Amino acid sequence: MPSVKIPKKSTDTDMTPFVDIGFLILSFFIMATKFKPPEPVPIVTPNSVNSTELPDNNAVMISIDKDNKVYFSVFAKKDPAIADEIVRNVALSRNITLSDAEVKNFRNSITGMPVNKLKGYLAYPAAEQSKIKQDGIPVLDSATNELVWWIAASERAFAGQELKYLIKGDGESKYPTFKAVVDALKRNDKLKYNLVTMPEGVPGNSDLDAYNREVQRLGTKK
Amino acid sequence: MASLDTGDGGGGHKKGPGVKKAKKLNTRVDMTPMVDLAFLLITFFIFTATMNNPTTMDLNMPKDTDKKDELTKTKQSGALTLMLGKDNHIFYYEGELLPDGSNFKTASYSQVRDIIIKKKREVEASYVRDPACEAEKQNAGKPISLCKQKDFFVMIKPTDESSYKNAVDILDEMTINKVERYALVKVADTEMDLIKATEGSAPKQ
Repeated sequence: MPSVKIPKKSTDTDMTPFVDIGFLILSFFIMATKFKPPEPVPIVTPNSVNSTELPDNNAVMISIDKDNKVYFSVFAKKDPAIADEIVRNVALSRNITLSDAEVKNFRNSITGMPVNKLKGYLAYPAAEQSKIKQDGIPVLDSATNELVWWIAASERAFAGQELKYLIKGDGESKYPTFKAVVDALKRNDKLKYNLVTMPEGVPGNSDLDAYNREVQRLGTKK
Repeated sequence: MASLDTGDGGGGHKKGPGVKKAKKLNTRVDMTPMVDLAFLLITFFIFTATMNNPTTMDLNMPKDTDKKDELTKTKQSGALTLMLGKDNHIFYYEGELLPDGSNFKTASYSQVRDIIIKKKREVEASYVRDPACEAEKQNAGKPISLCKQKDFFVMIKPTDESSYKNAVDILDEMTINKVERYALVKVADTEMDLIKATEGSAPKQ
């Protein structure tokens, strides 16, 4: 009996296009990834519908962590000497003179130490600072609100330039700390701040939604 | 040495049945490990990618002042006071707090939007046309509907026990509901007493 031969088909598929796409996506993600700068203080910010991007130059950031500790950092990419001047001024207000090496260690750090412990903290290079437990800048007592000096010093160092105040608070931190930070800014006559938040969608049917559409309509009418 | 085919005695290129032909090598490479690695890297980069960058919310505070004529005036009928208590409780009243505290109510964060909208609609309904305001908005290229809420004022009073997130959430609620006038105010002692008294019975969120 002649048997009917079923042609054997190869189960191999050509994977080349698959690999092509795979590597395309891979290269996209490699290029698009901006690595998070190491955060010595983990802060989970609340969400908001605002969509303004965070400025990363000419700004000082006041961070509040979940234990209500306050930290201070400077964003001065164009002129790092500004950061040096700020920390020098703050230290000088308590008659502490910092060495050049100590001042350099401040540049990219996030500092939350009372001024009298500042010298000891800045003795460590930025890479090692994250291992040190910081006390936070004292703010709650209005008589010893050291943040006032930090702000005054930044105000002087950035004189003539635009300076933004960013407040990055952890959602769990208590309101009085935030109020104390605002008070410190107010005492320097600073009344405009940017609160750092994570983006969130605008709820549909809200008044903001309706307003945005209305503004758009007015814009196209012209 | 079994696999080495050296031929026999180095006899050169002989043709015949005893000579093996060189096998044609398959040029196909198994790409599976490479694909595995590629997708592993893709997953890694997807997870580490910081796609949504942080945004900022603008906050403008008024200057502290003791002078009476520099204080912001609000109409009682258009005022809404929100107090932020501990454990995500909200307490609120409309207009002025009655001496017996009968208009002092509690709410949760999921209800607060409705409360704000309800009050806002109330204020908008009682709007008497104000041509000066409407002309001003028109010149600035803004919707005239903003004038309707010119008497609406929300006072946000976070207590010491509320969290920063509570305050930001309420400020965000102001943006979402397009409340033009609001302020962060200190809690009064009478209000604090009422909050303490009602805290136990407040709804849990």
